[in-house]
Formats: sequence, C-alpha cells, structure tokens
Amino acid sequence: MAEFKEISPNAPALAKVSNWFENRFPTAFDAYRVHMSEYYAPKNFNFWYVFGSLSLLVLVIQIVTGIFLVMHYKPDAALAFGSIEYIMRDVPWGWLIRYMHSTGASAFFIVVYLHMFRGLLYGSYRKPRELVWVFGCAIFLCLMAEAFMGYLLPWGQMSYWGAQVIVNLFSAIPFVGPDLALLIRGDYVVGDATLNRFFSFHVIAVPLVLLGLVVAHLLALHDVGSNNPDGVEIKGPDAPRDAAGHPLDGVPFHPYYTVHDIFAVSVFLLVFTAVIFFAPEMGGYFLEYNNFIPADPLKTPLHIAPVWYFTPFYSMLRAITSEMMFALIACVVAGAGFGILKSKLPAVFKAAIAGIAVVVIAMMLNIDAKFWGVVVMGGAVVILFFLPWLDRSPVKSIRYRPSWHKYLYGIFVVVFITLAYLGVQPPSKVGERVSQFGTLFYFGFFLLMPWWSRLGQCKPVPSRVTFVAH
Amino acid sequence: MRKIAAALLASLLLGLGVASVAHANSEGIAWDKAPGKVTDLASLRNGAKVFVNYCLNCHSASYMRFNRLKDTGLTDQQIKDNLLFTTDKVGETMKASFDPRQAKDWFGGTPPDLSVIARSRSAEGKGTGADYLYTYLRTFYVDDSKATGWNNLAFPNIAMPHALWELQGKRAAKFETEDVNGTKVQVFRGWEQLTPGTMSPAEYDQTVADLVNYLQWMAEPAQNTRIHLGFAVLAFLLVLTFCAWRLNAAYWKDVK
Repeated sequence: MAEFKEISPNAPALAKVSNWFENRFPTAFDAYRVHMSEYYAPKNFNFWYVFGSLSLLVLVIQIVTGIFLVMHYKPDAALAFGSIEYIMRDVPWGWLIRYMHSTGASAFFIVVYLHMFRGLLYGSYRKPRELVWVFGCAIFLCLMAEAFMGYLLPWGQMSYWGAQVIVNLFSAIPFVGPDLALLIRGDYVVGDATLNRFFSFHVIAVPLVLLGLVVAHLLALHDVGSNNPDGVEIKGPDAPRDAAGHPLDGVPFHPYYTVHDIFAVSVFLLVFTAVIFFAPEMGGYFLEYNNFIPADPLKTPLHIAPVWYFTPFYSMLRAITSEMMFALIACVVAGAGFGILKSKLPAVFKAAIAGIAVVVIAMMLNIDAKFWGVVVMGGAVVILFFLPWLDRSPVKSIRYRPSWHKYLYGIFVVVFITLAYLGVQPPSKVGERVSQFGTLFYFGFFLLMPWWSRLGQCKPVPSRVTFVAH
Repeated sequence: MRKIAAALLASLLLGLGVASVAHANSEGIAWDKAPGKVTDLASLRNGAKVFVNYCLNCHSASYMRFNRLKDTGLTDQQIKDNLLFTTDKVGETMKASFDPRQAKDWFGGTPPDLSVIARSRSAEGKGTGADYLYTYLRTFYVDDSKATGWNNLAFPNIAMPHALWELQGKRAAKFETEDVNGTKVQVFRGWEQLTPGTMSPAEYDQTVADLVNYLQWMAEPAQNTRIHLGFAVLAFLLVLTFCAWRLNAAYWKDVK
C-alpha cells in the first residue's frame, strides 16, 4: 500500500478532496503524472504530430455517435434501410448523429493515413519503437474490418454488393475458401444472418479489440517516448537534462501539447463540421448515391466500388490478372536468383530458397489469379507490420536522408493516391496497366527497402532537436 | 516539410476532384439543370400537391410523414383538408393508394419508393438527382412499340407511363439516323406536340420544377435546418479556433 498522506486541516477544500482520493486511488494520480503532466514529449513537434490525438478524438466521436445510433437502428434485413431513414427523419437530431458517424468513418481514415505517413517520414517505427508501430498497424487492420462491416449496416445497394464482392474473395482461397465464405456470411448469399453478425462485430467485438490496441499503442509509446521530426532521442543516455533530470529538449505533455492539440482539434472540427453540415455526401464519396437504394439481391449494380479509403488496396486486387501472374513469377525468379547468387548464406539455405521458389512458382501457375489478387491485397496491409525491420537507413528522419529519398517518398504517395483513384473507376485497359505498375512499385518500395534505404550519403544528424521558439 | 505537405494535400484534393464515381444512368440524354430551390417554401407546397395527386397513386414515400409538411409552412388542418387521400392521420407515412402486387402485374415491377429517390439518382459528371428527375419528367414521348405506349429520353425503355401527360399533352420525339464512327445511331432531333396539354410548356416546366424541388426536399427534410445550423456551428468554431490559437501561443511563448 502506498504511503498515506496527511494534509493540513487548513488546506483549501479542493486540495483536501484531491488528497482524499489520492490516498484511496493513487493509481489514477500516478497515471495522470506518467501520461500527462510528467510525460516529456519533444518540443519540436510540427503539425504532422496532431493526427494521433485527432484519431483518438474521431474514435470517441464514433463510439459516442455509434451508441446513439444503435438505440434506433434495426439490424434486420427487412427493417435496416428504413431504420436509417427513421433516424434521418423522425429521431430528434438523428440526422446530425448519423452524419457525424458517416463522416467520422472517412475522417478516421484521413487522419490515420496522415498519422501513418508521419511515422514513415520521421522513422517513428525504428528501434525502440517497433511495437508502437506494430500495434498501430493492428489498429489500422481493425479499423478496416470495422469500416467494412459497418458499411453493410445501412443495407443499401452498395452496402450489399460491396459485402458480397469482398466476402466472395475469401472463396478464392484453395480448399477452405468456399466454406470460409459461408462461415463469414452465415448463408449462401449475403442476407439477414450476415447483417446480424456484422452488426455484432461492428458494435461489440471489433471496438473492444480496437480499444485494447489503442491502450497498448499509447502505453508502449509512453514507455519508449515519442520520436520527433529530427529523429533525435531526447531521453537517450547522452541527451541533455535539467537539474531535475527532465530532458531539456522535452516539454510536459500537459499543458504544452494539450493546448497545442486543442488548437488542432478546433481546426479539425472546422473542416469536419463543414462536411457534416454542407456536404455530408461529399460528392458521393462519403455516402455513395447507390446506397440510397435499398439492397436488392436480384439487381446487381453496374459498377461496384468500395468506399474511397479501401480503393488503393482494391486496385491492387484488380491489378492481379492472369497476365500479371507472369510478372509476379518473374519477380519470384529474380528474388530467388538474387538470394542464391549474391548472398553469403550457407548452401543449405540457398537450396531451401531454390526449393521454396519452385513451390511458389508451381502454385502461382496452378491457382487462379483471383486468389493471388487476394494475397496481394492482404499482403499490402501485412507488409506494413514489417516496416521496422525493412528500413536499414543509418538515420531515422527524412530530414537527414539523401535528397532522392524524399523524391522516392513523394512518388510513393503519388502511386498510392493514383491506386486509390483507379479503385473508384470502372475497369479499363489503361487503368489496369497503371495499377499493375503501381502494385509493383508499392511492393518494391517495401521489399527492396533493406537495399535502397542504405544507399546514398546521409546528412549529419544534430545532437539536439532543431527548435525555433514560437 | 510544409511545402511537401501542401503539395500532398493539393494532389489528394485534385485526385478526389478529378476522380469520378461512375454509376448507373450511363445511358440517356444529358441532364438539364433543375431550377428549384429547397428553401422556396411556396414551390415545395406546390410540389407536394402535385406529388400527392399524381405520384402517390402508384409510388409510396414510406419514410415521409404527412405532418413533416409543416416544415413547408402548412398546418395540420391544411394538410388534412388538402393532401390526405390514402389515410386520415397526419402522422402517417405516405403510402401508395394501390397494392404493390397489382403494380407488379401492370408494370412488370413494383414502382420504387420515392422517399430518397432524389439522393439516389445523382451521378458524377451528369448532375444531381434533381437534375435527372427534372429531365426525366420532361422527356416522355409516345412510343407505340412499348407496352405502356410511352418511352423516355432520360431513361430509355422505362416501364412507367407518363403520369403527367394530361398536363403536358402527348408528344412524339423526332429521331434521325446518323452515322457515328461507322455505326448507325438514333439521334434526338426535337419534339412534335400531338395533343395539347392543360398547361403551356412554360407552366408545365414550372410544375415539374416544383415537383422535383419537393422530391429533393423530401429526400432529406432536415437539409434546410442542417445548412442553417452549419453557419452557426462554423461561426462558433472560428471563435474557438481563435481562442485556442492564442491559448497555445500564450503557453508556448516561454518554451525556448
């Protein structure tokens, strides 16, 4: 038991109340100090560092609005579409709650993509922050599951056919695929059973996992300390500290970054509410027009596209045609050849590489390209988990890397946005070629990172963070 | 770094702007711009009257309650006296006056519910749902090859007959066969009025504009409140942002 602190009877009332609680629940007070008032964060954060707090804000918005939506929503194939319109019309302020939730879904992906890109720019996943990044990737994966299952709930045409297409992808997996798809749907087509289980996952299962991961993400971050745009360790053994032992290049999270984030939150809310009040459909991107038609299992829409935040990955799925398989086989051959001829591994390993390559190529020739499309789409997300071990650059931050690294990152962003753009377009020959190139670039960027990240002359990293007083 | 961020944001916005969500309605003529304004309450009231008299016979608007029309300036009593044909309770939703199964026999399909029809018919590159409806309701023509005797330029081969034909009169569409890149296509070349309607063409266009305006409003009855409130919220947030900015600066001025 912690030491019982006595307080002077003449102390102010508030101090007495605080003392009473601290003696009975010291953990809460410790947590406040560890995570807020005595958590030292680097003082040179730039605007890229607001998206973590903003993701947390959007998470809270989604949970609170979600709770109110569940009060009126009916997870029933016959009633779901109508219950959304009931929320939009008859529930007082229901339209606002619904638009906050639907806009929040897109906002979540915008802030999370920017947050992840920040990590990429400044090497925030590098040692000792690998687990922070891995938890973050798991959050991203959960978020995708959450968004996908939530999108079925309005039970419009896009909800229905989007779910149908994505669940059918699982049936491309050899042997277990059809049964797996059946297990996910709970029926032979997307139906009431699917709606009910997606509802259950969307409101209970995935949010629980998501919250647990967010806690792990934050605890791990506060254990190792935040990175910063210079990639300099402010709490390292040689880092300068004041008399009390606090890092000179850090400021307590509260109040410095709380006021900073309040400013960021109000700017974010300006944009967020502008969308909610003036363009809740966002030109058909946040709420798709087809989704105002109730789900009809007998009428397939002409063009089925997932919501915008999935489209980069959807493009990669569509890029894998039987023609593209030859390009992938060539990549496997090149990779294995390189491993065998250039590496200094023992002969046993080289033989194993050759063996694995032969097996993979045999599978690639014999299993339908649709399956490999699913593998590529899944791989595009999974590969992010490995980023901490792929990057071998001697410096963390893009600021001190060779200039051409910046252009490479720029091209990566352009490719990602192009893939997203192509994913909302109907299939076309040119689009297919571009997305195939984009897919190869995306994977090349990560898989070749151990090689290219070591190339070039890095600039000297300063011993202290660069900070210009406000 | 700021420059990179700005460039990224710009390319993202550009990507979104250029990207077009392709949807149905890929066939049919280009759409005219619907002239209605959902803030024009007189137009909404007239549109509601036309809707109840002509559309509600076959179509429902089963998420729309009659008494929501109070938002257009009507009273419960006015709604009861003038607009209730299929029910006697103003709190009821708008249900079609006939059996959907009969409709299926007559038209080969159940007429769609019209509650959110204006929101569902938007198409990137072609216009809003209101534009589509405004064009569609003004481009019916007599076509004896169809079961209903009617066809439509905005929705070729539609199963719905021209419900407003008494107002517009019967019209034929003149087509010419043209050679486009080696294939023969029928190109629309104007109208021929066969029988006069009870309205002049200008009056008819105005009536359709009001009806479409009503459909647009009915798809989201809260939209006027939404936009109105939006300005207040943004004004509040501007003040909050200013205060947060100064608060942030006040704390950070001591950090060296």
